[in-house]
Amino acid sequence: MARVLINVPRTVRRGEVFEIRALIQHTMETGYRPDAGGEVVPRDIIRRFACAYNGEEVFAAELSPAVAANPFLVFTAVAAESGTLSFTWTGDNGFSQTETRPVAVE
Amino acid sequence: MAGAAASALVRPALAQGRAKVVVVGGGFGGATCARALRRAGLDVTLVEAEATYMACPFSNAVIAGLRGLEELRFGYGALRREGVAVVHQAAVAVEVESRRVVLADGAGVPYDRLVLAPGIDLRFDALPGYDARGAETLPHAWKAGAQTELLRRQLDAMEDGGTVVVSVPANPYRCPPGPYERASLIAHYLKTRKPRSKLILLDSKDSFSKQRLFQAAWASLYPGLLEHVPLSAGGAVTAVDAAERTLSTDFGDHRASVANVIPPQQAGRIARVAGVSDRSGWCPIDPVTFESRLRPGIHVIGDAAIGGAIPKSAFAANAEAKVCAEAVAGLLRDEAPAAPKLINTCYSLVAPDYGISIAGVYRPAGDLFADVEGAGGTSPLDAPLSVRALEARYAEDWFRIITADVFG
Repeated sequence: MARVLINVPRTVRRGEVFEIRALIQHTMETGYRPDAGGEVVPRDIIRRFACAYNGEEVFAAELSPAVAANPFLVFTAVAAESGTLSFTWTGDNGFSQTETRPVAVE
Repeated sequence: MAGAAASALVRPALAQGRAKVVVVGGGFGGATCARALRRAGLDVTLVEAEATYMACPFSNAVIAGLRGLEELRFGYGALRREGVAVVHQAAVAVEVESRRVVLADGAGVPYDRLVLAPGIDLRFDALPGYDARGAETLPHAWKAGAQTELLRRQLDAMEDGGTVVVSVPANPYRCPPGPYERASLIAHYLKTRKPRSKLILLDSKDSFSKQRLFQAAWASLYPGLLEHVPLSAGGAVTAVDAAERTLSTDFGDHRASVANVIPPQQAGRIARVAGVSDRSGWCPIDPVTFESRLRPGIHVIGDAAIGGAIPKSAFAANAEAKVCAEAVAGLLRDEAPAAPKLINTCYSLVAPDYGISIAGVYRPAGDLFADVEGAGGTSPLDAPLSVRALEARYAEDWFRIITADVFG
């Protein structure tokens, strides 16, 4: 399991646009870099990130080899109803990790 | 003929005698350069606002109560005795067309070539909530002097069990290993005086100078006391609240008993006024002569210059100053300067008797300095404590030698 940092406001007002921050610790190995012995290190990147709000995808991003290590994404959503935000990172070598956070709408 | 035309452009004062060089800034870079230029037979004026210089190396030891601030104070008497004209005024402007440095009292000092060694200014516009007033509550202590003493007093006044938070900016900044030495020595102070306290090091970077040596030392000397939070663990400070002594990151808030905020930095003001800094806030130079890429006839040395691989350190500034002085003296004689190789060595104290070091050799590469591959290195990772103790002594020897070279 990669270490993940997520920042979601504890409570948001209905209709409010709120900010979500998500960082995952990942090397984002490009597939172009030679190692100390001159051998090219195989690519190992996160290819896709998606955030679902009560099961409905509200934000997604395609990541490429040019994205730096430990990708950090900041995006917004509209506070519709209380529920769960789920965050999923998928990538090379069968990588898949999902985290959830509650969101309370007042 | 091109050379003659160029020399006619750069030496209007020669008809009256020796070429005039003005150096602005009397730190490790400026004072060294002024002295070297004078020894090359030039007419040298050093413009420095302060009557004495307070050195930054070893100011972390002052913060930790291991050394008195006055031990870091140096004067300009030796430079005067060698014939450097030292003017204690702020340089407020540079008139590029007429080649004059304007002083605070309005007087102008003419030059054939100008060397700027203004060091750094702290950026009080870069970290929301942190300005000059905020620094009175959350000291930066990144220029030795009153701020150093303020942080020292705050640590003294803190009760055992408090939380000290130190924040580190992204590169580039003055003294790359400095924040980690500081955290180490504050941790030493806490361990010996206030052992129930904790230190959190919030870092805008994932990797840093002498990292493995520092981390190995922290694990053995300060387990559970010093916590390093790198960028990838949410360590980048994005805002501060001075009144609440709170530092915010993208993922949470840290309330401190004592907070040391090392903010982002830029070249000292006169470099920006003279038009030798670019959008980065630092000064692009020709690494052979240290002449500005933006303003011919003006050279920039020390922390203010964009050095590439060469760090913003006292040792580097001292080396750059000597190379620059030789280049300036050569250019004034229409001689083409040779490409230099520069050395930097930097000691850090992890505890009073535990020193580690890094050394590098650098060569000009385009607009920057690049590492000479295979040269330099760091202290061994697995050295016995006797080696660490010896390196702590070397650190003190280095400080005595370099300050004697510059000011003695």
